[in-house]
Order: sequence, then C-alpha cells, then structure tokens
Amino acid sequence: MSHLTLWPWVAIFLLGAYHGVNPGMGWLFAAALGMQKKSAVAVWQSLAPIAVGHFIAIGLVVAAAVVAGAVLPLQYVKIAAACILLAFGLQRLIRKSHPRWGGMQIGFRDLCIWSFLMASAHGAGFMLLPILLKMSALHGAADLGAPAPHRHGGAFEGPWTAPTALLVHTLGYLLVTGLIALVVYEKVGLQVLRRAWVNLDLIWAVVLIVTAGFTLLVPT
Amino acid sequence: MELWRPDPTFYPSPRMAMQAPPEKVAFVAMLNAESNGRPDALGVVDVDPSSKTYGGIVGRLDMPNAGDELHHFGWNACSACLCPYMPHPHTERRYLVVPGIKSSRIHIVDTKPDPRKPKIVKVIEPKVLAERTGYSRPHTVHCGPEGIFCSALGSTTGDGPGGIFVMDPESFEILGKWEIERGSQYLAYDFWWHLGLDTMITSEWGTPNMVEAGLNPDILLKGGYGHSIHVWDLRKRRHVQELDLGAEQQMALELRPAHDPSRAYGFLGVVVSLKDLSASIWVWHRENGKWGVKKVIEIPAQPADPEKLPPMLKGFKAVPPLITDINLSLDDRFLYISCWGTGEFLQYEVSDPFHPKKTGSVHLGGIVRRAGHPKKPGAPLNGGPQMVEVSRDGRRVYFTNSLYSPWDAQFYPDGVRSWMVKLDAKPDGGMEIDPKFFLEFGDLRGHQVRLEGGDASSDSYCYS
Repeated sequence: MSHLTLWPWVAIFLLGAYHGVNPGMGWLFAAALGMQKKSAVAVWQSLAPIAVGHFIAIGLVVAAAVVAGAVLPLQYVKIAAACILLAFGLQRLIRKSHPRWGGMQIGFRDLCIWSFLMASAHGAGFMLLPILLKMSALHGAADLGAPAPHRHGGAFEGPWTAPTALLVHTLGYLLVTGLIALVVYEKVGLQVLRRAWVNLDLIWAVVLIVTAGFTLLVPT
Repeated sequence: MELWRPDPTFYPSPRMAMQAPPEKVAFVAMLNAESNGRPDALGVVDVDPSSKTYGGIVGRLDMPNAGDELHHFGWNACSACLCPYMPHPHTERRYLVVPGIKSSRIHIVDTKPDPRKPKIVKVIEPKVLAERTGYSRPHTVHCGPEGIFCSALGSTTGDGPGGIFVMDPESFEILGKWEIERGSQYLAYDFWWHLGLDTMITSEWGTPNMVEAGLNPDILLKGGYGHSIHVWDLRKRRHVQELDLGAEQQMALELRPAHDPSRAYGFLGVVVSLKDLSASIWVWHRENGKWGVKKVIEIPAQPADPEKLPPMLKGFKAVPPLITDINLSLDDRFLYISCWGTGEFLQYEVSDPFHPKKTGSVHLGGIVRRAGHPKKPGAPLNGGPQMVEVSRDGRRVYFTNSLYSPWDAQFYPDGVRSWMVKLDAKPDGGMEIDPKFFLEFGDLRGHQVRLEGGDASSDSYCYS
C-alpha cells in the first residue's frame, strides 16, 4: 500500500480518536459509571455499548451516503454532505443544544441509545464523508480510469471500503475513549474536569464547518 | 455566553466543592410586607470579614412590580452541568431565577459583571407560566442536568395539584409541566433529587387556597396539610411511591437528600405534630429497592405562659418548635435545623443518619424567648431562625428570621422585625454566633439566602 492510499485510513482512524477525546462522546460517562460502581470493570463494561451506539450512528450516515452515491451523481452527494456539515457546525456555534436523555442508572441498551444520540446530535458521522469521498476518488482513478465528473456511484464501490472505514473509525474512537476513561478513573481523578475540559463544543463546531469546506474541495 | 473552560464554581463532587474559596457576597430575597405599594427587592450582602462593609447590604435590586412576595430562588446553572450524560460545563453560573410566590411572576437576574449591581434581564409573567404549565405560585428552584426545575404550589385557580415545571437554562423559556404521571401526588412544596439514582423526592405543604390567608386551624386540626413525601422516577417523570408520615404530622416541608449521589437517603423537616405540637426530622431511605421513611429526631414543644403567646397558641399553653427549614453540609455530616417557634437553631452530627447526635444549639428570637444578638445585647429579637444556608466548606452558616408574610403575622403579631445573622461552625461540631454580623433589614424582611458561587442547597452532583 503506498502512502497515498494509506493516509485516508489514518485520517479515518484519527477522526475516531478525535471523537473519543470529547467528554460528551463517552469517556466521561464510562469513567463516571466506574466511579459510581467503584469498579474498573464497570468502566470496561460500559465501553462496549458506548462503541456500539457510536458505530450505529456513524454507520447510518455512511450507509445513507453509500446509497445516495449509488443513485445520484457524486457531485450532488458531495454538495449535500457539505451543506449538512455546515448546518451542523452553525447550529452548534449558535445554539448549544444537547440531547436531553439519559441518567445514572443505565444499562447496556440505554447506554447504546445514549451514545447513538450524542454522536448523531453532534453530526459525528458526516465528518467522515469527505474522506470517504476522497477514498473512492482514489479508487476510481486507479480502477476505472474514467474521467472523474462522469462517474456514478464511485463513492464506496469497493464493497468493503465503507464497512472497513467504519470499523477503523470505531476502533480509533474506542481506543481513545477507553484509554481516557481508564486513566481518569484510575489515576487522574475528577479534578481534571475542572482544569482541562476546554470547550470542545466550540472546536467541534469549527471542525464541522472546516470539514464542510474540505468536502467541497474533494474532486469527484 | 459560553466559557472556554468549565465555570470555576462547578465541582464534580460535593467533596471537591468543599475546597471552594469562601464566598464574598450573599444574595437575599427581601420582602416588603407593608401594603405601601413598594416592591420587594433582592439584596446583596457583604459577607467578606476583611471588608469594611462586612455584614451590610452593599447592593439592592428592586423588582419591577409590587406584591411579588419573593421567597426562594436559585441559579441557572450549577455543578449538575458536569453530569456525564448531558455535560454542558461551559455554561456560566450567572443568573438567579427569582420567583414571586404570591404574584407567580418569575424574574431572571444577571449577577455579572458586578455581583453588587445585579440587573433584571427577563421577567416571565404569571400568564405565561399559567399557559405553559397550568401551575401558579412558583416556589423552590433547582438547576438540574437538563434545565432549571421549579416547584409550584398549585394550579391557576389556587387549588391543586401543585407540581414541577422545567425552564430552558439558556433562553429561560418555560418548557412545560414536568410530571407525566403524578399518581397520588396532589400537594406540592419542596423537591430535590438523588442524581445517582435517577430519583426525585417531592414534599407537601398546602394549595395556595390553603395557605395564602394564613395557617387555617380548621384544616390543620383535621390533618389537612401535607404529611407525605413522594418518590419519582426522574428519567421517566413518573410517580413511584408515596411515603405517608401519618396525618398527625402536619407540613412535611424541606427536603435535603444526601449530597453524595451514591447515598440513598435524605432528611425531611416536619413543622408540627398534632399530637403534642412537637416538630420532627425524618429520614427517607432505600432498602431492597423500596423506599421507607423513619422519624430520627423529635423536638418537643415548650410549656409557656399563655400571656406571652399569640392568640392562635394561647389555648395550648405551649410554644411549638416549628421546624421551618433545614440544611445539610456538603459532606453529609452536619444537619442544621431552624426552630422558628422556639427561636432555637440546632446542629446535629448525622454521619449515621439513623442516629443523629446533637452537637450545637444557639438561641435568637423566638415567640416567647426573644433572645438577643451579641452585637445588640439586651435588645429582644422577634421572628426566629428560619431560612438557613451553609457555605460550601461547611464553616459558615447564615440565616434570616421571616417565614411567609401571612403566617408571620399569626405567630409574631407584633410584626416581624427582620434580621440576618451568621454563625461560625467548627470542623468537628459546635457553632458560635459571629458577634460582628448582625444585619437588620429595616422595613423589609429577609428570606432565602444564596451564596456567591454556590452553597449547600444550590448544587447537585453526579460523582461521589
């Protein structure tokens, strides 16, 4: 694999790691559940449903994009993705709304739903689209040899590209979520929340808007 | 405005909040009990011992209308913003939500940039509250993980049911009635929660029609005021269980759940028992998934010369203690109890909630005793220890002496002359009146006290 084909995978992985860093995406909840039950096992146990919920949230967006890419000119998919990203970014800049859902007595299913809602409400899945578009563009150039603007459904045509990307993303997300949750639970303690918890929502909004720009720049 | 770092007054756990710096100012609801057409006010009190104006009012915000009867109030945001399932730590603790219990008008007061010069930024008229919730007479305010919660004594007609409504913590829009299924609950008063257990507790006083004309002896003697507390599923917003203390226990008012979110118990103050005029403290607790309630402290009435008693009490030849407010230090260690009738203020060590140990007692005012303050020796005081607030570190305790204007007149017919005092609490129990702090409100009456940055009844926590 040349470095040209490797970097989108790295980007997908890092994007997962970035989602994992946000306390609102799961590590804080995992650490809190560990503290509540006074057990590191509880931290470990909460990671699975949190990852599953995130995976489903991202997966739905990617699946929708794959379907859209199969039936619409890629150009349209690209513009739609950019618009949605921009809308999410502006919405999060202007009005901080959070899903009002959840509690501290929460089981596997509820934790899945919670993670799904948080990722969906923050537009997490859409952040992957420019990279996936880019990946398909690379594939297209090597495999199809057709002039880019006339291709349909090139997006995720290697049938395993999108599912693999989802797994790679979720792996990055899970590793960082689990790592931070365990470090906070075992070593750092909650004091870190008062000092180090910078306003990631603001950064998140900016990232969404920047990603919208990138999406438009991806050649199709 | 969103902050870049979490609001420094938010603490993940009550234990950490005890490390907070001492407060420099306190906010006090000031009621105008005269019918002279002048409004109530929010007072700003200097509580910094190193300041020249220590113990004095250094700021005052008049309400836009007369006749609100300011009572309880609370913050827009608190440590519950750090809860892991709905974190929004970059919200600012900045606005006080100040309802009028008589007018049903709700004021949103901005305490920044200068806490000594608070400003009104929004007024929610009673009509809006009625349209959105069907409730009136807003009472307790608590900031929760998902918004601002407020209890209301009754419906727009002045009957029940009373209940809880929710406000948006940023726009201060009234979102609506909280309960999805209220079960047997009809009367309302105080509420709080165990965030770690997704459980809300509510208490009972009376409907507006039962309290606004004064304490009604007919209702009281029939056991008609509230004598139950209710357990709710905080997530599903449904009634789970009613804990009835028995009808002889009248007015189950103030609720102080353990601050540690993993502790499944809390304290309830009951104003009076019909059996012997005693007052009591009860503990609600959970065992094997079921909630129960148990009396842990009983404070007896004191025999008194009928000459010294108001008309309502003459026949009883005794002064009832009347527990009207309680407060619990952030380490769940010390419970403070206001006996508004006897003028006694008590401190109990409650590390073992079922076996409280008395650790301190102070007298100020009282229906018969009229105990004075060291700053004004020899001058008898009326009213008694009432709305009490404890600093986050547990070292300072503040209280005022008026209850509720229609009831003040029944128990202190000579007219409550209002004051605020401060006590110093020792780390291992015991307390003393601060001889330098004695604030007299003049023609207004002080009610609830809130401390800058939070206090022992303003914040709730999701982490132990």
